[in-house]
Amino acid sequence: MSAILQLQGVTRQFGGLMALNNVSFDLRPGEIVGLIGPNGAGKTTLVNLVTAVYGLTRGKIFFDGRQIDGMKSHEISRLGVARTFQIVQPFPQMTVLENVAAGALFAAGARNLVEAKEKALEHLKFVGLADLAGSSASALTLADRKRLELAKSLAMKPKLLLLDEVNAGLSNVEINRALDLIRRLVERGTTILLIEHLMKVVLAVCSRIIVLHHGQMIAEGIPSEVVRHPRVIEAYLGSRFASRAQRNSDHG
Amino acid sequence: MVGNNYVIRLATIMMLYCVLALSWNFIGGLTGYPSFATAAFFGLGAYTGAVCQGQGVPMYLAWIFGALMAAVFATGLGLAILRLRGHYFAIASLVVADVLREIVNSATKLTGGGMGFNLPILKLGVDAQAKLFFYLMFVLAVLTIVSAAYVNRHRLGFGLRCIKQNEDAANMIGINATIYKTAAFTLSAVFVGWAGAFYASWVNYIEPGDVFDILFSVKPIVMVLLGKTGTVSGPIIGAIVFLFLEELVWRNFLTFHAGVLGLIVVALIFYLPNGLLAVDFRRWLGWRRNR
Repeated sequence: MSAILQLQGVTRQFGGLMALNNVSFDLRPGEIVGLIGPNGAGKTTLVNLVTAVYGLTRGKIFFDGRQIDGMKSHEISRLGVARTFQIVQPFPQMTVLENVAAGALFAAGARNLVEAKEKALEHLKFVGLADLAGSSASALTLADRKRLELAKSLAMKPKLLLLDEVNAGLSNVEINRALDLIRRLVERGTTILLIEHLMKVVLAVCSRIIVLHHGQMIAEGIPSEVVRHPRVIEAYLGSRFASRAQRNSDHG
Repeated sequence: MVGNNYVIRLATIMMLYCVLALSWNFIGGLTGYPSFATAAFFGLGAYTGAVCQGQGVPMYLAWIFGALMAAVFATGLGLAILRLRGHYFAIASLVVADVLREIVNSATKLTGGGMGFNLPILKLGVDAQAKLFFYLMFVLAVLTIVSAAYVNRHRLGFGLRCIKQNEDAANMIGINATIYKTAAFTLSAVFVGWAGAFYASWVNYIEPGDVFDILFSVKPIVMVLLGKTGTVSGPIIGAIVFLFLEELVWRNFLTFHAGVLGLIVVALIFYLPNGLLAVDFRRWLGWRRNR
């Protein structure tokens, strides 16, 4: 099957810092792929490059067969790429409903504000925020704001959803609820790139994992293999632990 | 229309202030870009209208040219400076009126330079002329109100509010922020330029220091803040209240009126930071009744 998102040698330099170095991978339609790595590995930078917050230093990005590096953020989002922000970015003075309606109106091509609000309400029901539709976005709890962020992205009718740490700062109960939402999204056929710190979440839903470390892709594969990969263990836990783990697995 | 020429003149200025305040509200109130370019658009419209008439263009066409010139200028200027945010944008927009004034000052052959520009006198009586320009300004104010109400309720206004609250997130949900901001900036210029062209014909004589006066940039901002930003009725109420205060102060403090007006403005913004429309008068009255 042809890839929905394809990165070819994507590189981004900030002055002397190589934030991403020669990263290449494909996402297939309907797949849910985890993007993991320690702090500062370049995960959010990668999302920012795909959504044209920054330009590329080198490399190419294709979405749905079209080259999207060089396009503007609003053009890419209209093609069907939606993202959530690690630090939630609602429109604080608008209601929850208006926030989601904005996504429906400007990216998904709703004909007018009334239609956009009708669509928005459906998405709010899906994420379980319908009761709060009329309240101000700035009044929500963190968990609700994360769900608002998700509803806003869904309203854009994305083919590809880039979820940047939607679970950060949530309690266990809230994470389980979010996981349930993500699974239901995959059932609908949305392709998801899930950026996540919590291994529990990644292992629970992802069919494939990509690991970044210091801007480089150090591993890619199915979850059970990736978590045993020596370089992944090294990146997360240090080289001494990695060699010990290696010895243990050689013995066993 | 009843009343002497003083009342008619005041009413004309009220309409002019409504146009200025509602226009600034497009870029400053809705979009959140603190523009100080209103004086530039006003002066540009005034001089375009005046010079056109000086060259023999019919008056009504000269007015249209004044509005178009301001709009085209704002579009170009907007594409250049709307990438700046906050204070940087404010300063960039502030110098535009000064630059235009210098240009008008030095283009002596075309504009009369610092000596000012005399427009052809209308073959009308004083009273008839005063009434004509009141009606013209009134129609322009209505046109501005209708545009503001339309924008406020539709896609453009909604997008502008998104940009005001979070421009990066607005880009991310598919809003072409550059186009939206430039449209708002152009809207903030077209009616102002038109009013400038009316003004030139109305007073018959303009000079650079008069029509490029920085007060044309500052007053609309005060009016909108006085009423309420981002609404349609706020700027209108602000414009009317401001004119009332200005006139009251000017009559009573002839030698120090600008100073007193300044103090009132500071006090109002200090005690009514969200504008008059944000005051809950009903609750205020209810509280009094209960006592």
